[in-house]
Amino acid sequence: MTGSIEMIANPTLAKFLETYGIIAVIVVMMAVLTWTQPHVFLKIDNLTNIIKQNASLALLALGMFVVIVTAGIDLSVGSIMALAMVALSIADHGGVPWPIVLLIGPLIGIACGSVNGLGLTILKLPHPFIMTLGTLYVVRGITYLITAGAPISGLAPQVRYLGQANYDFGIFAPPAGLPASLFLVVFSAIALWFFLNRTSIGRHIYAIGGNPQAARVSGISVDRVLVYVYTICGFFAGLAGLLLAGRTNSGFPNAGIGIELDAIAAVIIGGASFFGGRGTVLGVMAGVLIIGLLRNGLNINNVSSFWQMILIGVVIIMAVYLDVLRRQAAVRR
Amino acid sequence: MTAEGMPLLEARGIYKYFGAITALRDVNFHVNAGEVLGVVGDNGAGKSTLMKILSGLYTPSEGTLIFDGNPVHFGSPRDARNMGIEMVYQDFALAGNMPIFENIYLGREPGRKIGGLTIVDHAKSREMAMKHLDNLKIRVKSVDQNVEDLSGGQRQAVAIARATAFAARVVIMDEPTAALAIKEVGKVLDLIKSLKDHNVAVIVISHRMDDIFYCCDRVMALYQGTNFADAPLKDTSRNEVIGWIMGTKDHKGSLAHDRVH
Repeated sequence: MTGSIEMIANPTLAKFLETYGIIAVIVVMMAVLTWTQPHVFLKIDNLTNIIKQNASLALLALGMFVVIVTAGIDLSVGSIMALAMVALSIADHGGVPWPIVLLIGPLIGIACGSVNGLGLTILKLPHPFIMTLGTLYVVRGITYLITAGAPISGLAPQVRYLGQANYDFGIFAPPAGLPASLFLVVFSAIALWFFLNRTSIGRHIYAIGGNPQAARVSGISVDRVLVYVYTICGFFAGLAGLLLAGRTNSGFPNAGIGIELDAIAAVIIGGASFFGGRGTVLGVMAGVLIIGLLRNGLNINNVSSFWQMILIGVVIIMAVYLDVLRRQAAVRR
Repeated sequence: MTAEGMPLLEARGIYKYFGAITALRDVNFHVNAGEVLGVVGDNGAGKSTLMKILSGLYTPSEGTLIFDGNPVHFGSPRDARNMGIEMVYQDFALAGNMPIFENIYLGREPGRKIGGLTIVDHAKSREMAMKHLDNLKIRVKSVDQNVEDLSGGQRQAVAIARATAFAARVVIMDEPTAALAIKEVGKVLDLIKSLKDHNVAVIVISHRMDDIFYCCDRVMALYQGTNFADAPLKDTSRNEVIGWIMGTKDHKGSLAHDRVH
């Protein structure tokens, strides 16, 4: 059986560009920042800061990515992160041993995420937007209730470790160094990559994003996979809460308001399709880095943070438009 | 395999009610291994209902299914699939964002199982897909091509490859040529015929007389939820089959549409 439609000349090359083209964008951004602020940008303190400030966002984006691959959305990640943060802070203040405190963040994330997944599938709500919009309010409300709206500061050093520790490896002059959160993010990204690309459930997640009907008739329990997906997203939100609590040495109930939009932006800039089935973990990490570099670059060049918002908005639109162009080119050939 | 003269899949006295509506009334059906059976009937004649019963999506209200000589009960499509009864859907039901080889083994990925999870062996999956496609004489540029980059005929071929990937014994095809460009119809029909060489029983639902008369051995007509007629292809004609669809028998050229030529 030979096809009459001409295929893309070199699918391997097309795939390579689709996956790694975004790396070129990052290299260009770093070159420009190095050129404009050579004495600030490349300093290890600054680079470490970029990583630390965006580590929580990176974890949220990883979780959001899994959801977006199924053509879903999770608006509640900011609220989940805040609840995880304040809950573990309260537990730490209440004298709970630190190993248990460390587990509280991710466990709260898993619990909230599974509520999202179960609510979505059992109640048969028309779109995950509805369910997670609901939990965005509910979880944030719970966060305010249990803290009476006040932040809880001062955490045990073991609890802060992941969010705050640096490894100088004897190369960097302390307090500079590679942050522990970087290793956590890299480890999470690799684990998620393995899960999505090398396990059956990971492949089913992509299949559901591509064609839910195909998944269903292949014997995949779509509802069950969706519950896993939202639970994974919640888990990463809880983990992000643990990192942020460590970095800020507190649990504050206002944390992460609107950060779900940053996470969505990172995923979309990273090349994932909003309509599901498409995207890579590497792209998502690149999307986070682009947002981080943009903010940092504008900060060190003394540009107002209002401009940052405008630019990030423009970048989102441009990133998706470039993707549209690329697809059109692929079809015309 | 099956004893001589015994059908591979048989349905006896099938009734199916949907509330007050009787979709199927005392329908008897059989198909043999290595046979291509065409099922015809007007819209609402009960073809889809019967196929959904055979593939486990519906359970019959009355009547029995006999597979390989034994009475069987399908609680879900998975049960039917485990026995080797596969369905090919009119819209192919493939994930366009995924490569050919992954579509073929979707839901049944080869690899190491750890609990409910399979660590997928993509290299093995690729190799199995190439071998299987080769076996069916389906040629694609690469099993790594995404399904969305294929033509309709190639997609249908992948869908058939998926249905036959695991020792399928019965393949039910719903309007296999309806979504294809005309020039691709022949290739898909040849592929359907070639399934006979693998001793698979094929059930083809189609409205196109050309399809039926090209690839089937026998044709069966349903009319208003009942068996209407059933004959080996060599003993009937297009006009007669068209008559069956409309509920007339012994139809030898007296109806208006025959005289158009």
